[in-house]
Amino acid sequence: MSNYLLKRVLMMFLTLWIIVTLTFSLMHAIPGNPFASESDQLPEQILANLRAKYHLDEPLPVQYFMYLKNLVSLDLGPSIKSDSRNVNDMIADGFSASAWLGGQAIVVALIFGVLFGIIAALNRNRALDYIAMALAVLGVAVPSFILAPLLINYLAIKLPLFPVATWGTWMHTVLPSLALAFGPIAIITRYMRASMIEVMNQNYIRTAEAKGIPTVLIVIKHGIRNAILPVVTFLGPLIASLITGTFVVEKIFAIPGIGKYFVDGIFNRDYPVILGTTIFYSAILIVTIFLIDIAYSLIDPRIRLTKKEG
Amino acid sequence: MKEHLLSIENLKVNFKTYGGEVQAVRGVTFHVEKGETVAIVGESGCGKSVTAQAIMGLIPNPPGRIVDGKVVFEGTEISKLPKKELLGIRGTQIGMVFQDPMTALNPTMKVGAQIVEGFVRSQKVSREEAKKRAIEMLRLVGIPDPEQRVDQYPHQFSGGMRQRVVIAIALACNPKLVIADEPTTALDVTIQAQILDLLKQLQEEQELAVVIITHDLGVVAEIAHRMVVMYAGMVVETGTVEEVFANPRHPYTWGLMRSLPRLDESEKQRLVPIEGAPPDLFNPPAGCAFAARCDFAMEICKQQMPPTTTFGEGHEAVCWLHDERAPRIDELVAAGRQDS
Amino acid sequence: MEMDQRIDPLFRPLTKDNQAAQVITRPSLSNWQQVIRKLVKNKLAMLGLFIILFLVVMALIGPLLVPYSHSDQSLLDRNKEISAEHWFGTDELGRDMFARTWYGARISLTIGVVAALIDLVIGVTVGGIAGYMAGRGKKGDRIDNLIMRVIEILYGLPYLLVVILLMVVMEPGILTIIIALSATGWVGMARLVRGQILQLKNQEFIMAAQVLGAKFSRILLKHLIPNTFGVIIVNLTFTIPSAIFAESFLSFLGLGVQAPAASWGTMTNDAMGVILTGDWWRLFFPGLMISLTMFAFNVFGDGLQDALDPRLRD
Repeated sequence: MSNYLLKRVLMMFLTLWIIVTLTFSLMHAIPGNPFASESDQLPEQILANLRAKYHLDEPLPVQYFMYLKNLVSLDLGPSIKSDSRNVNDMIADGFSASAWLGGQAIVVALIFGVLFGIIAALNRNRALDYIAMALAVLGVAVPSFILAPLLINYLAIKLPLFPVATWGTWMHTVLPSLALAFGPIAIITRYMRASMIEVMNQNYIRTAEAKGIPTVLIVIKHGIRNAILPVVTFLGPLIASLITGTFVVEKIFAIPGIGKYFVDGIFNRDYPVILGTTIFYSAILIVTIFLIDIAYSLIDPRIRLTKKEG
Repeated sequence: MKEHLLSIENLKVNFKTYGGEVQAVRGVTFHVEKGETVAIVGESGCGKSVTAQAIMGLIPNPPGRIVDGKVVFEGTEISKLPKKELLGIRGTQIGMVFQDPMTALNPTMKVGAQIVEGFVRSQKVSREEAKKRAIEMLRLVGIPDPEQRVDQYPHQFSGGMRQRVVIAIALACNPKLVIADEPTTALDVTIQAQILDLLKQLQEEQELAVVIITHDLGVVAEIAHRMVVMYAGMVVETGTVEEVFANPRHPYTWGLMRSLPRLDESEKQRLVPIEGAPPDLFNPPAGCAFAARCDFAMEICKQQMPPTTTFGEGHEAVCWLHDERAPRIDELVAAGRQDS
Repeated sequence: MEMDQRIDPLFRPLTKDNQAAQVITRPSLSNWQQVIRKLVKNKLAMLGLFIILFLVVMALIGPLLVPYSHSDQSLLDRNKEISAEHWFGTDELGRDMFARTWYGARISLTIGVVAALIDLVIGVTVGGIAGYMAGRGKKGDRIDNLIMRVIEILYGLPYLLVVILLMVVMEPGILTIIIALSATGWVGMARLVRGQILQLKNQEFIMAAQVLGAKFSRILLKHLIPNTFGVIIVNLTFTIPSAIFAESFLSFLGLGVQAPAASWGTMTNDAMGVILTGDWWRLFFPGLMISLTMFAFNVFGDGLQDALDPRLRD
């Protein structure tokens, strides 16, 4: 078991290293230089100084190893465009808002997705099932960047129920979380419904019925735990899409999160920021997937963390 | 009238499908006495499993429903009981053993917890008592190291061991009746014998009544006292195992017997299959359902349901051949019909 | 027969030939006939198909129905609500939204279909090679392993994040979007195809075919391809909308299609600026089209999946 965990952790670092290398090469493969927009206004001497300051005058391998060295001490380097700030500050700055938004969206998506899925499955081909499935189709069809303006228009402007365009109280988090969670709720509902229908047709459910266990208890004790397994395996890609979802949601709601820095970084061609935030997101995702694997093995006794699954 | 432990009267069960309504069980009547083993025999799709599910009130609804008839257990008509009271009988009064032990157990729940789940509910016992009971049950069904096994998961058990666990679940509340639906079909032959021995032993020790559903006449001969032969959703012959094996009275039963390999036969005898397939139960035939495959079918068999003829000792067969107007069977055999 | 005279006619034995023991009552349909029959019966899937066809037709003829192009600006007609002249209204530069919407449909659908087709070709090839190589000696296993490692790493990356990074690096444009989308998009298809082939390889009817001496080409043609085909088609009906979604997402972030070209994503993004002014048509039409496309492909894909699943066949 501990052997397996060690292997997994090593694999995590390897994957992260590959991502760092790929992203680094990608960022430095860009034609032109990061000061292209300023080069008309700034004299050559200042540009040279700037390049020297960010070590852009060094050969690429040197820059790469310097970056890796800093990365080991968790230093993501300075931003090129916003003076005197480094990427660590930006991430630290945006982390609480982004983590709060993302975390809340995942929890909301899981709770409602699983709940709707169970309700739909147990009322198969009846009104509640159709309502849940209609909602699920809607969730797949309406992307967050269309839902978000609708929410703002109807629940913040026409009906001023929630504040927007600032970030502070919990009330501010409701609409963005909803916009972010809507798609995932739909997907989890679909997965959970299909999985629950399959589980409730299994023989062991019939065994439990033959023991005289009431339906509610059968659903709770035998149904949900088995049905939730496929949903858990799906959490990795879901969290990945949630991370990208925060980009637009943070942009629309003007939330000071990491996503905003990332998107701004893209427009300013601020490569250290793009590089740093990408590495940060990847690390979060890799760790999350690792935690999901552990959670999976806790739910399903057939999977023990002794060998790698096929 | 003497009260049977279980009696089923004129049970009819239909299933709705895309193609229409299937009449899976079309008027089944039989009974089970206290402490006896009754085998329900027939080929796949003859309604034997549906009958078993109907006894437990486990017919999935929709698509299935009991159209007519009743199931009476110890004087109570359980087919009419509200769900809540039915739950009190399931598990505690009637236990059930399922066909496929590989899928009959919840893969994410400890074996011990699965065994005593019903017991804990009905007896309201403490955690330690429940575990003690689970260990006791594992020992009863012959699983070695029950103290360790009780905390393991189903995937750590072999097929035969799992079927023992399934039996332990059925017996956990000391039921009066156990329904075993093809309990050995999914197992290896050597394991089959072990499980049958176990069932027989438990039946004798615990004075259980057992309804065993099977398509295997070998199983019937091994453990049953009486047998009910079903075909196309109806009972065609019932009687004690000795009587039916010695003097089968229905052409379908003859067919079953002839398709059974015998070890004691000195000369080489070919196994004779029953030609054809059972009728379509969307539109069952007006007369005897077996007529189309019967070597002795007569004009009337196609038109009218045969009556029940009693041969004493509760041996009954449902066939027109026993009508006094029918030609004598030996004449037909002499006319060479059997081997046609 | 002599006994016939003394017995009741009802009890006259039947002769074998007037017994119909084995009658197959239902006509047998070919596999594809069954699939199509089931699909046609699925109303929601048919609605999806109808919407897809409608969108395609409108993408072809829509821009020709009005006397404006997607980029014609008219300062007199700025921010006009829907009217007889401008069926979908106009934007802040006086451009006709109807022309823009259906021009955007061309861009979005083209990107979706082309990216999905590239995914299909790369995915089926790579997945097929991996699936074929797996279990073919040490060398075969090594190739399969290598492909799987690459796939695993790519699969672990957030799809849109990678696409965004590629978009940052490359010159913006439709071709770039397609390249960026396909660069990681094929991974899902490759995994699927490999999994299918591995699963099929171990199935008894394939072994039976091998035992009977069928050549590999025959097994491939008669068993592997037909049995994988359905899954691939279903996957295609889901990769098209996800590519369209990705394009809208990128364009919404300003990374996708660049002006003067327009796509539903850029139009949605443009509408963000006027969300407070009540110019509802600015968000409504591109948003509706994106949602309709996603809806139509998803319900059609679902229907196809159900129709292809032999377990769900009646």
